[in-house]
Amino acid sequence: MTTTTRDATGTYGHVLDLITTMTGDEKHAAASESTVDVLWTLYDRVLDVSPDRLDDPTRDRFLLSKGHGPMAYYAVLAAKGFIPAEWLPRWTAFDSPLGYHPDRLLVPGVEISSGSLGHGLPLAVGLAAGLRARRIGSRVVVLVGDAELDEGSNAEAITVAAALGLDNLTVVVVDNESTSYPVPIPERFAVEGWATAAVDGRDHDRLEAALRRRPGRPDVVVAVVERKMR
Amino acid sequence: MSSPRGAFARTTNALLDEDPRVAVVLAEISRQYFPDAERRHPGRVVNVGIREQLLVSVGAGMALAGMRPVVHTFGPFLVERAFEQVKLDFAHQGVGGVLVGSGGSFDMAGAGRTHQSPGDVALMDTLDAHIEAPATADGVEAALRRAVASDGLHYVRVTEQVDRTPVTTRPGRLTAVRRGSGGVVVVLGPGLDAVLEATQGLDVTVLHSTTVRPFDAAGLRAHVGDRADVVLVEPWLAGTSSRVVADALVDVPHRLLALGVGRGELRRYGTPADHVRHHGLDAEGIRREVGWFLPA
Repeated sequence: MTTTTRDATGTYGHVLDLITTMTGDEKHAAASESTVDVLWTLYDRVLDVSPDRLDDPTRDRFLLSKGHGPMAYYAVLAAKGFIPAEWLPRWTAFDSPLGYHPDRLLVPGVEISSGSLGHGLPLAVGLAAGLRARRIGSRVVVLVGDAELDEGSNAEAITVAAALGLDNLTVVVVDNESTSYPVPIPERFAVEGWATAAVDGRDHDRLEAALRRRPGRPDVVVAVVERKMR
Repeated sequence: MSSPRGAFARTTNALLDEDPRVAVVLAEISRQYFPDAERRHPGRVVNVGIREQLLVSVGAGMALAGMRPVVHTFGPFLVERAFEQVKLDFAHQGVGGVLVGSGGSFDMAGAGRTHQSPGDVALMDTLDAHIEAPATADGVEAALRRAVASDGLHYVRVTEQVDRTPVTTRPGRLTAVRRGSGGVVVVLGPGLDAVLEATQGLDVTVLHSTTVRPFDAAGLRAHVGDRADVVLVEPWLAGTSSRVVADALVDVPHRLLALGVGRGELRRYGTPADHVRHHGLDAEGIRREVGWFLPA
């Protein structure tokens, strides 16, 4: 049976509805998007951002580094009023602003263009350092995938973020066990001097609590979700 | 007279003092030139250690934060090792910055291939980047000041190869240093001394610019007639600027000889002068090539 109920605008259920307009799948499939609960919790409860402050230097910055599979991201941006919901069904069409990887010059509210893995966290280190140099108190939150941490560029960034003491930087690792060569993620960051937390990546309250922490040094939140089907 | 790299250091320190938007990002190389800057400007001089991918990404991230980053290391590590970061974190994000690559094609002749980047200009030319190759220490200061005051992505190629010939090149324009009717020699970046010596007594026009991109197509057109014989001299990969000369002369029947650094791997050390001579970029080599190519 295809789900036909529609949730109220600006709710989590609305986000799932919006995802179905892109995937054509049923709503329960939308709920299995690995990033959807992290994205919803960030935009609904944590980040200081809004569609009428796109150029406000004091806004928080959210960087989606793991750019592929952006349906949940676009849906959250639509539910929160950054982009029109009408954009979603035609995503990836030639004249659509929404591609398989988000482009910051085409999509309001998107802070970085992503696609090639291993760029978001290094950019976030520079952004956090730049905001600090300008004495702007905004947070920088960057979402990466567990397999994205394979990219060596992240190793450079993890060490230097801690060395620079970037307490305005948070990394969320959505861990669906997709890397071929797993290493314990919290330990990997901890040994470099980061604060760490690992929570159920589907539990909005626990995600909120972990993402609201400001431990006074760069911190990583590992959001554990179901293993990716391979 | 200070060296070009010394001019980079002096100018960049001054820009930090003058402009609160300016940040300097380093990867150990040239740290010695910024001993007090970090204390004077907290957070605006960032050394990332020996991490060139991060060097470029941090510069781009600071640009996202509204700053004007000066990102510096040796050319091969800045442009070639970290090229995807240059391409995606600056160009694709649509943010600007000033990349300063030192060493060029063979400043570090004795260090071998790992420390040489004859291909840096060609690589940067795959992007929509402004490229300057100053030929004197004063030229380095002027190019840096223009690049920092401007926006967009700039590459400033700082090398120790300098010209003695005092030339008042206008930024972005080819300057006619010598006028004749037997062909045109276009010199981009350092190398004018050798070209002037090579063409002494020849009836040729010599055009020079330290702005490599955008290329002054109108300036070249203004110095050719119905047909053109053009010799291009550039101290990086031979042929790098052939396409912009061809575009400039798209409807003018022309011959083009492109001189520069060869593609084959040399596996020799020695001095920069040895390499200039090997690639035929000294006065003798240029005269030999001009001699057979241009009408007598």
